[in-house]
Amino acid sequence: MPIALYRIDDRLIHGQVVVGWGQPLELRFIVLVDDDVASSEWEQELYRMGVPPEMSVHFHTVDDAAARLAEFDRNPQPGIVLVGDIGTMERLVKAAPGHIRTVNVGGVHHSPGRTGRLRYVFLTGAEEAGLRAIEAQGVEVTAQDVPTARAVPLSELLASSASA
Amino acid sequence: MTESSAGTTAASTVRGIVAGHGTFASGIISAVEQITGRGAQFIAVSNTGLCLDDIQGTLAQALDRTGARVIFTDLPAGSCTMAVRRMIRERPGVLLVTGVNLSLLLDFAMQDHEDPAQALQSALDRGRASMVVHGAVPAVA
Repeated sequence: MPIALYRIDDRLIHGQVVVGWGQPLELRFIVLVDDDVASSEWEQELYRMGVPPEMSVHFHTVDDAAARLAEFDRNPQPGIVLVGDIGTMERLVKAAPGHIRTVNVGGVHHSPGRTGRLRYVFLTGAEEAGLRAIEAQGVEVTAQDVPTARAVPLSELLASSASA
Repeated sequence: MTESSAGTTAASTVRGIVAGHGTFASGIISAVEQITGRGAQFIAVSNTGLCLDDIQGTLAQALDRTGARVIFTDLPAGSCTMAVRRMIRERPGVLLVTGVNLSLLLDFAMQDHEDPAQALQSALDRGRASMVVHGAVPAVA
């Protein structure tokens, strides 16, 4: 079945992903796309130990993941593709043109230089441009931290303001 | 605000840091304070609004400031847990307890004469044993 969710979340594997989305979507695997984590056994073990036994985690670089998206879609179990930042998702979308139809902005937290858009989304100008570039690839971009929240369209997200 | 304590006790008496989602940490510490008056043994850290690096930084500061050696987190896969596990790689003397509950924390708080690592032994047993179902459990069809 197709990947259930393509998510940008700077916490990567954590409670919202494993429990908040994992249980209602009945997720059985997570594809964690991060060039640094893909080259670190220690980081991989850290994330592997963070998931429940019924869930597996696969680690890939952006290029490797882009080449395997069709393979992920053929997995009969529900799965999620997870990246830690907007730039990584932009690279993934562009490396597999037309494959990814929706992107979920799940958590980009406050740091210097970022402007608050939602309680859980803070963006630099470059990151806003990155989200627009993803959308320009024909991808529907929405912000939604948990399944019970409303999916906020990109245009509304970029017009919003929030404080840390 | 991401870090708080339940009382005015000096930092040197802090024995544990509780970290978790939302107001979990301050809530469970307030329960310890209400039941035993020993809530000041703990510092609360919330992950609300923080990225992983900031969670790790906040916890590291709390450890350095208080000298505490035990961190309790709410969820085994939560971001606080992940941050602590990454951090204790550089701090071998720090202990992490995931899935903390009130019984565990109360038992730990009552053993303030014990070394924290030693106190954890019985506290973990108390915490695990406290989860019990009362009443008739419906049979699975």
